[in-house]
Parts: sequence; structure tokens; C-alpha cells
Amino acid sequence: MTALTLTNVCKSFGSVEVLKDINLTVEDGEFVVFVGPSGCGKSTLLRVIAGLEDATDGTVSIGGDVVNNTPPAKRGIAMVFQSYALYPHLSVRDNMALGLKQEKQPKSVIDERVTKAVQMLDLTAYVDRRPSDLSGGQRQRVAIGRAIVREPKLFLFDEPLSNLDAALRMNTRIEIAELHRTLSASMIYVTHDQTEAMTLADKIVVLRDGRVEQIGSPMDLYNNPANKFVAGFLGSPAMNFLQQAPVDMPQGGTFGIRPEHLRLEKGGRIKGTVTHVERLGGDTNLLISTTAQEPMTVRLFGQDSTSVGEAIELDFDNNTAFAFDANDQRIAV
Amino acid sequence: MNAARQNRLNTFAAHGALILYVLIALFPVFVIVINSFKDRRSIFREPLALPNSESFSLIGYETVLKQGDFFLYFQNSMIVTVGSLFFILLFGAMAAFALAEYRFKGNTLIGLYLALGIMIPIRIGTVAILEMMVQTGLVNTLWALILVYTAQGLPLAVFILSEFMRQVSDDLKNAGRIDGLSEYRIFFVLVLPLVRPAMATVAVFNMIPIWNDLWFPLILAPAEEVKTLTLGSQVFIGQFVTDWNAVLSALSLAILPVMALYVVFSRQLIRGITSGAVK
Repeated sequence: MTALTLTNVCKSFGSVEVLKDINLTVEDGEFVVFVGPSGCGKSTLLRVIAGLEDATDGTVSIGGDVVNNTPPAKRGIAMVFQSYALYPHLSVRDNMALGLKQEKQPKSVIDERVTKAVQMLDLTAYVDRRPSDLSGGQRQRVAIGRAIVREPKLFLFDEPLSNLDAALRMNTRIEIAELHRTLSASMIYVTHDQTEAMTLADKIVVLRDGRVEQIGSPMDLYNNPANKFVAGFLGSPAMNFLQQAPVDMPQGGTFGIRPEHLRLEKGGRIKGTVTHVERLGGDTNLLISTTAQEPMTVRLFGQDSTSVGEAIELDFDNNTAFAFDANDQRIAV
Repeated sequence: MNAARQNRLNTFAAHGALILYVLIALFPVFVIVINSFKDRRSIFREPLALPNSESFSLIGYETVLKQGDFFLYFQNSMIVTVGSLFFILLFGAMAAFALAEYRFKGNTLIGLYLALGIMIPIRIGTVAILEMMVQTGLVNTLWALILVYTAQGLPLAVFILSEFMRQVSDDLKNAGRIDGLSEYRIFFVLVLPLVRPAMATVAVFNMIPIWNDLWFPLILAPAEEVKTLTLGSQVFIGQFVTDWNAVLSALSLAILPVMALYVVFSRQLIRGITSGAVK
């Protein structure tokens, strides 16, 4: 069964088109990540799915039912917000229970589900506290708990990790992945962070300017990006793009090579000078200016003694290189 | 304040200025209160002296309580002030929520129209208001005053509150919508508590002019049984003779209820329950 189907969904605010003809299917139990630069419409798309915004055109169906005219509470969804959005006047327990109370669930069911969620999220010690007495990570867990107890057909996450610090972000990311395995629920997750997208997703939807650029599994998009935008957006450090290609290219085309696919080699096809070195211990990133004054990044595994100002020569395997035509579409190398 | 940033001289000067301002602001009130406890001769001989055993007198308070129905006036003033504040806050907050929250055609235009009232004094329309009140039979009722004061207070209330409502996190309201709360519950349960300091500000701004107003009670509700306190006190001020004992006592008494209301609202001003809602 499909958890969500979007057919030709459009959304405009006045004359500004924010979403243009979005088509998407989310299978049951799938973890789908919407990723894109800020302002690409990913949050708006999530709001349209949630029913917080009306689609200007097209249909949204959740679990097989068209829900275009269904209020958010009756769509069988639950949402986790970037700013947690906990009810400040309610305790952790009541925060989680409110949605179920509104659904008029019997008290025994509410208690049972809340207790289960609280145990799952390790919040037992805090059930009677107010949100203001909790740390950022705990608040986000409460927000996730509030979503879990509703037992929705579809979970929606709106940049849930953006307000957490780096260490906590990684832990929570793993918790969300585990949660997805435990509940085997369908989830949609919005982020602008490509690491989150790559690590969490079964399927990534790359959006730009309200349009879907490409849909596919993380490795699909990494290995076979459809265009220059997707190629440059996924992967860290980002792919290098050169106008002065070291291989034969059509007029106006761009050559692309990932930093990790370059190697130092005497007599290599790319020559340049090192402008900066980032030593991370496990990796070393060299920032290079080529002879044509184009910036490049090289990722070397392990530690390397190359220093700033050194002249170096690089090479690569042709099957790891990408080529894009004048319209930024992928072509064969 | 941080000790490292504290400068003894600055602290001293700041406190000195504040204390001076408090003295200046409270001095007239102080003079009214002490003189209300003196007999007529002492008021004029030594207006700044504290009442002593010789000059102490409750004659003013006795006059006030005997003449006219002062408890009724108090009650009227209280009903008018509290009633007006209630409607100003209720309708002001609701209009502000609609303007801040919903996108609809003419949103900005309606906002501007409502704000127009800030610039145009309502007293310009006194004659028309009086005619309307006469035709609707509301003359000499407290409702006349409550309606007028509500209209008078709404523009500023909508203006201030809509600014504050815009700052309430959208995520919080959306979380409520997803949990199935109605728009009314979102407004009353989630949004109102978060804008409580702004509501208190609006209440304080509106309360004092309403309590002290003489214009509309005199024109719309001069009858004995609906007189407000300010209007009731006027009986002691004559063109040729003024019963100063009574006037000062009435004024002293009039301060008390406003002060009580102010204390109630100012506690809301400083209470910060908003932390922890978002971020």
C-alpha cells in the first residue's frame, strides 16, 4: 500500500509559485527525505501534506484517501517541528496526551500509549515536568513522543535537528533511525543538511525552486546525479566543477569530479597549487587553485604532509568523472 | 547586572534619577492624601504639613460617605472600567489574532482601518454618539459608557496585540491544529497566555483614562443611579464654593481601586511563562 501519493501538486502565494507540479509516491514504511537549499519549497510541501496549507492544484492522498479537504487532525498524520512547539502550560505527559484526548480515545488507551512512548524515549523521569524545565534534546524527544502516541499513518519531521548542537544532533539522528526501524512507519523528513538526508533516507527527494530535481536512493543520487545541481548538493565536500575540462567536452559543458575520487599523481591531468589544507586526522582536504585559476577540493584519506603553496598534480579514473552539458544536464563523459 | 560592567557612579546616578522621578510623580498624590485627613483651615494654612492631633479630621470622608451614594458611584465606575477592559481585550485580541494569523483579501486594509481610530479622537463624534444612544435608548445606562469606551480602546489594542501575535510561533499553532484543537482553543489556550504581557499593557493603558473620564459620563449617563465616581465627585466643586475636604477625600478613595487593578495587571506584565514553548 502507498502511504502518500502526490499528484501534480502546485502551491502559490499570490502570484508567487512556490511548488510546481510535484509528483511523488511514498511506500508504506519508507523513510523519505526532502532536501534542498533554503527557500526551495520543501517545508511548504510538508505543510501541504500536513494540511496546514491548501494545495492550489493537484491531489494529496494519504493511505489511499484523498485528503485535500480534510483538516490536519483527521489526516492520520503527526508532525515534529523544528522549534519543538510543545504546549508550555502542559506537563510532558499532557503534551503527549492532548492529541489523543481530542480524538476522544478512552483513558486506558491514552495511558497505555503515553507510557509506552515515554519508556521508548527514556523520558520516564520527566513525565510531570513542564517543557521549560527540560533541555533541548529532551524537548525534542517529547515532541517526537507526541507524534508517536498518535500512531499515525505518516510521520512528518520539519527540520527536527536544526536547533540541537552538533553532538546531540548526531545522537538524535541515530535515535530517529532506530525509531523508524522499531515502528516501521512511513516517515517524511525535511532538512537542508545533506548528511542527514544521506544517512537517514530510503529515498531522497531533491527540490529546487519548487520543482523536484531528482528522486532516488541516497547511493543512486550520489552515483548517478541527473544534473549538476543534484551532483553539487549531495556529497561532502561538494563535487568540483571545472570549465577547463581535462577531458574532451562539448562547448559550454562542465566537468565534475568528486573530491574523494582525485588522487595525487606525478604527470596527472590536473595541475595546480595548494591554497589551504584542512587536517581532520582521518582525512586531509586540500584546497587547490588549478592552472586555469579554478578552485578545487581534494579529499585524501589518512594524513598527508602536503603544505600550502606547493605545486601538485592530480589524476582520476574516467569512470568516476561526470560531465554536464550547457543546460547542466548530465551527459556521458 | 554583571559586576564587571557595573560602575558605582553610574549605578548611583541612575538610582538618584529614578528616586527623584518617583518623588516628583508621587508628590501630588501625597499632598492629596495627607490633606484629605485635615480640617479645612489646616489645608489652607499649611498644605504640606502632615496631619497632627490638632488638624486631624475625617470631616471630608464623612461628607463624601453621607452626601450622594458614593458606594454606588464606585460600583458604577468599577463596572464600566472592568466591563470596558473585558470587551477591549476580548475583541481586540480576537481581531488581532485574525489579522496576524489568517491570509485573506483586504487583511492589510482592515488593519489600517482599525488603526485609524488611534489617530482620530472619539470625542469628535460625541454629538453623533449621543444621538445614537438616544435612539437606541441607551442614554443613562452603564452600557452606553462601556460601548463607547470599548470603541475608544479597540484601535490601539488591535494595533499592539497584532504585533505581539505575529511573534507567537507558527509551529505552536500548527502543532495545535494537528492535535485537533479548534481555532478557538488555539486562540484561548495557546496564544492568549503567550501574549499576556501585551494584554496587561493594553489593559493598563486603557484603564486609567476610562476610570478618570468625565466627558462621556457627563454627556451620556448623568443620571444619579449611573453616575461614575469622577462625575459624582463634581458635586463638591462649585463655581463659587468648593468643599475641598470632600473633594480630596473623594479623590483619595478613587485612587484605591485603580491601584488594585494595576497591581493585578502589573503582575502579569512581569510573569514569563513563555520560556520553554519554543527553542
